[in-house]
Amino acid sequence: MLQEIGVDGLETLFQSIPQDLRLKKNLNLPPPLDEEELRHHITRLSQKNIIDSSWISFLGAGAYAHTIPSATLSVASRSEFVTAYTPYQAEVSQGNLQAFFEYQTMIADIFDMEIANASLYDGSTATAEAVLMAQRLSKKNTALIADSLHPEYKAVMKTYLKNLNIEVIEIPSSETGTVDRELLKKSLGDNVCCFVGASPNFFGILEDFSDVAQCLHEKNALLITTTPEPLALGLAKSPGSMGADIAVGEGRSFGIGLQFGGPSLGLFTTKKQYVRQVPGRLVGETVDHKGQRGFVITCATREQHIRREKATSNICTNVALCTLYAAITLALWGKEGFQDISKINWVRAEKMKQLLTSIKGVRLPYSSPTFNEFVVELPTQAKKIIHAMRKENILMGVPLHTWYPDRENQLLMCVTEKHNEEALQKTAQTLKRFL
Amino acid sequence: MLIPEDLKYSEEHEWVKVNGNMATIGITDYAQDQLGEIVYVELPAEGERFSKADAFGSVESVKSVNDIFSPLTGRVAEINDPLVDSPETINEEPYGEGWMIKIEMANKKELEDLMSADEYEVYISEETK
Repeated sequence: MLQEIGVDGLETLFQSIPQDLRLKKNLNLPPPLDEEELRHHITRLSQKNIIDSSWISFLGAGAYAHTIPSATLSVASRSEFVTAYTPYQAEVSQGNLQAFFEYQTMIADIFDMEIANASLYDGSTATAEAVLMAQRLSKKNTALIADSLHPEYKAVMKTYLKNLNIEVIEIPSSETGTVDRELLKKSLGDNVCCFVGASPNFFGILEDFSDVAQCLHEKNALLITTTPEPLALGLAKSPGSMGADIAVGEGRSFGIGLQFGGPSLGLFTTKKQYVRQVPGRLVGETVDHKGQRGFVITCATREQHIRREKATSNICTNVALCTLYAAITLALWGKEGFQDISKINWVRAEKMKQLLTSIKGVRLPYSSPTFNEFVVELPTQAKKIIHAMRKENILMGVPLHTWYPDRENQLLMCVTEKHNEEALQKTAQTLKRFL
Repeated sequence: MLIPEDLKYSEEHEWVKVNGNMATIGITDYAQDQLGEIVYVELPAEGERFSKADAFGSVESVKSVNDIFSPLTGRVAEINDPLVDSPETINEEPYGEGWMIKIEMANKKELEDLMSADEYEVYISEETK
């Protein structure tokens, strides 16, 4: 092969890599396996997965388990559709572009915003991109963020913004779990480009930012909302009606599922007037020279392959397969189906709250409305209960002390349409035994 | 290619028309021809200040985006608002209705660095060689 490609040795292929960066030894890998041995090895690994559908899991905290319609998997696995990214010769793949276009339309509708892009990596990076966009639009360099954002979202944002001369100020929450309006107003100086608030926030609390939007707009700053569980928008007030300028979120709940942490789907919506500053790909509808409907990548001059270092973002593709999953799932659900599932989530979460608070010593530290996730305070250390419940095949929730060392007795529980009445009753009864 | 005699030209293909302390700036016929159909133009806000060689805006054609560099130092006194809705005016009348901004010059000496119409003609003929 070296001869065929006109190279005199393997060394020539690597000559552009400086000597000191080269690995001078073999990779530390076990010897190769034949097919049978490999099958055996993988089976042994898979036996470590002890959690199956017989378990009851209340884990959420940014990644929510929802039912995925079988039709989603079936349609999405068609070979014409299967690609991880927007194809490079995008317009050749009209089917993909149409799916992205319909995805954008549905996402914009759900958020009640004018436009949506064809997706970004995940909710956290979409939030960081939103701040960068606000900075470009306003040419101001201070971003206010609610301290009730997911701690990992905050970490990602700080990484993104670290070397870009954007100061990030966290605004504390009040006792009810919502953003402290007085402190927010105090921090709202002339150099503020935006405020980022989450609804539902990390503690599951729904919050209306309409009043915040007004204060921000008076200061020529933008309201950014981030929604880690957009299924909530089937019931809750939409970012658009709150007056959000940019509304982002995490789309994994829309038929993508949880696969060991990923992949995710970054939702990004905004107002049409800001289209030139949107990060990522946009698909538009047009007509070809025969007047037939077709789809194209639009406003591509914002993107890196054309605009180089002045691009709005270094994202120049989308998470095509996840976008497709979401487009199919949302189309299957329809508007009413979406609202129905949203309502089931809320009803069951409320039921769970009721069952839990009827147990002595268990309380809900926040009084504000929630969607499908909420904080529970136990009369003992959360990790002890989590450990005990695990033995009963129940994953009780995410302990808050992971991020907040002073919240040893609190855990975050998520209830979705996957939890039936029986599961909720069983959980409450089991918990009662351990307290 | 139109290169009006009464204007000054920059190496970045902007033209400058001087009226007292005020300079009107746009892009040349050659520049609009090279860009092709212009679909979007980004202009600064009135009152913004630019130094010579700063990017004050951008023009976007179907296939590319280019910054427009200020050939002079000064403060933006007026912008050509209608361009935002009809950027194709730049293609149609680069030296007329297609003007972009007017600036109050801070240093009129900078005009000496610009080319005359004859010099610009030679400049673009060199560039197209």
